[in-house]
Amino acid sequence: MKERLVQLEVLRYNPDTDTEARFQRYEVTCAEEWVVLDALNKVKADIDPTLNYRWSCHMAVCGSCGMMINGEPKLSCHTFLRDYEGVIRVEPLVHFPVERDLVTAPDDFMEKLKRVKPYIIPKEKKPISEGEYKQTPAQLMKFRQYSMCINCMLCYAACPEYGLTPHFIGPAALTLAHRYNQDSRDGGRKERQEVVATHEGVWECTFVGACSESARRTSTPRAPCSR
Amino acid sequence: MSRNPLIREVPPTSWYFRHPLYLRYMSREITSIFIGAYCVLLVVGLQRLAAGPAAWEGFVTALQSPASIVFQFLCLVAAFYHAATWFNATQKAMPLQIGEDFVPGNVISGAHYAAWAVLSVVVLFFTGVF
Repeated sequence: MKERLVQLEVLRYNPDTDTEARFQRYEVTCAEEWVVLDALNKVKADIDPTLNYRWSCHMAVCGSCGMMINGEPKLSCHTFLRDYEGVIRVEPLVHFPVERDLVTAPDDFMEKLKRVKPYIIPKEKKPISEGEYKQTPAQLMKFRQYSMCINCMLCYAACPEYGLTPHFIGPAALTLAHRYNQDSRDGGRKERQEVVATHEGVWECTFVGACSESARRTSTPRAPCSR
Repeated sequence: MSRNPLIREVPPTSWYFRHPLYLRYMSREITSIFIGAYCVLLVVGLQRLAAGPAAWEGFVTALQSPASIVFQFLCLVAAFYHAATWFNATQKAMPLQIGEDFVPGNVISGAHYAAWAVLSVVVLFFTGVF
C-alpha cells in the first residue's frame, strides 16, 4: 500500500480557555487513497485525542463533516489527500460560530430551514381512504434535483452574501423552499413566499454562484434564486 | 450554542480576495460601471443630435479621439464579458423541461449566443455596415 506523509494545519479553539483561534500542525502518515477525514481520524487516534470535529457516514451522504480545506468548503470525507500538495489547512466552516476546533454551531441554519416550511403542505387534505397522492415521473423530475440537498451547509460557507448579511435566508433553505414549491402535490407556495420573496430571501442573493460550486455533487442552490 | 462560541467576522471590504470565484463575481459587477457609462454616452449623443447638425458633428468627432476609442473598446469588452457570464448562467436560471428530461444546459446557453449573433448581424445590417 502506497503511503504519503501529510502535513495538516488545523484551526484549534477551546471555548473554555481560548479567546482566539490558533493553528496547530500535525504530521501523519496516510495511505495514498485516504481522504482528509481519514487523516483527521488518524491524528485523533494516534497523536491528539483532544481534536474535535463532526463526522458520521464517511460517504458524502450525512453532510456532517463539512470543513474549509485550503480555504474552500468541502466534505472532508470526499476530499482526497492526493489532490493536495504541501500543507493542507483545515478550518471550521466560515460564516458560522465555532463551538470548538472544527465544530460549528448550525443553529442559525436550522432556524432558517424551519422558516421556509420544507415539507409538503397539501393543496387539499384528503382522507387516507382516498389513496395516495400520485405523481408522474415528469412531475418528479421537476424538483428532484433540488431534493438532493444533504444540509451540509457548505453552500452557506461558500456564500459571501450570507457571511456579510447574516439575516439572509441562504442557499440551502431557498433551495428546499423551491423544491417543495415545484412539487405537484404541494400547495404551500404562498406561505413560503412570506419568507422567500422578501429582502431576507431571494432578493438578498447577488448571484455570486459559489453555492452551486460548493454543492455541485448534490444540489444546485443557485438555480432557485436565479429563477 | 456553546458557552463561548468564536465569531469570525467577514472582512467587509476585502472579502472578495478570499477566492478566485469571488474575484470573478466582482469583475462582473464592475462591468456594470462601463455599461452604465456607455448608456450615459448614448444619452449625450441623443441630446447632441437634438441640438442640431453642428452639435452632432462635434459629438461624432469627439467619439473618434484616441481616449474615446479606448473608452469604447473597454465598454465593448465589458459588455461581452457581462453578456457571456449571463448567457452561461441561463442554464440554471431558465431550465427547460420536455417530458421527463431537461434540455442540456449548453443548448440553452448556445441558443442565447446564437440569438445574440443574429441580432448583432441585423443591427449591423440596418446601420449600413453590410
